[in-house]
Amino acid sequence: MLEAMVFYILAAASVIFGLLLITRVNPISSAMTLIGVFGALAGLYAMLNASFVSIIQILVYAGGIMVLVIFVIMLLNLHKDDLQPMRAQPFWVILALVALFGTILGPILFCVLPNKDWTWGSLTPDFGTLMMVGEKIFSDFLFPFEILSLILLTAVIGALVMAKRKL
Amino acid sequence: MELYPITPNHYLALSAVLFTIGIAGVLTRKNVFMTLMSLELMLNAVNLSFITFAKVNSDLTGHVFVLFVVSIAAAEACVGLAIVIALFRLKETVNLDMFKSLKN
Repeated sequence: MLEAMVFYILAAASVIFGLLLITRVNPISSAMTLIGVFGALAGLYAMLNASFVSIIQILVYAGGIMVLVIFVIMLLNLHKDDLQPMRAQPFWVILALVALFGTILGPILFCVLPNKDWTWGSLTPDFGTLMMVGEKIFSDFLFPFEILSLILLTAVIGALVMAKRKL
Repeated sequence: MELYPITPNHYLALSAVLFTIGIAGVLTRKNVFMTLMSLELMLNAVNLSFITFAKVNSDLTGHVFVLFVVSIAAAEACVGLAIVIALFRLKETVNLDMFKSLKN
């Protein structure tokens, strides 16, 4: 019962913060609500026995990526007429959203999920801990892990090249 | 789908809802920052599915994949924000409808 209550609180928090994210005019308030979404999702990961991923979610997303985003938003120092809420007329926006919910969300919620009855697998007590995840990464996924470091290096160099005024 | 107990379907439904919110944000907002942040929201919705199926199948591959997605998201945010800075220097705006030099 407690699990259900925690799940519904976290799920409601993530959905409400997500809706606030796409409706706020000011990007800074959107960034703050996105941090709320990340926090709620970290709680959900912890409920799914993913303790290490939950910590990483807070550390990397809320602590790293969002700080970068907020830093750039503040660096650009937008003025009022840059902050416009919608791309098109409200009528077309609403029509597009209805079509979107009808084609993606509706089929998943009302056709796919009710006909599947997945059940939780049997877990060992140390499922999802740092040690188990680390063993998996450094045995089966060693090569992708090394490639990942290369991708991060490329991204850093690419960002420097693009953002620098003069090389 | 009953309200109690919590099954994998609850988590997958939440993941679908968050993903749709992310798409709606990408499609409707003018500000380029909003597009980037909605992208992050979509990545997180997919991560929730990965973690759910990892628990369903008692397999840690989903966790590893989520860690990879988080790293790729960091790289993507880094490059994306650099592009935004370069574009802002060029056009003095972050309005997506202004970035159409390739149109003609």
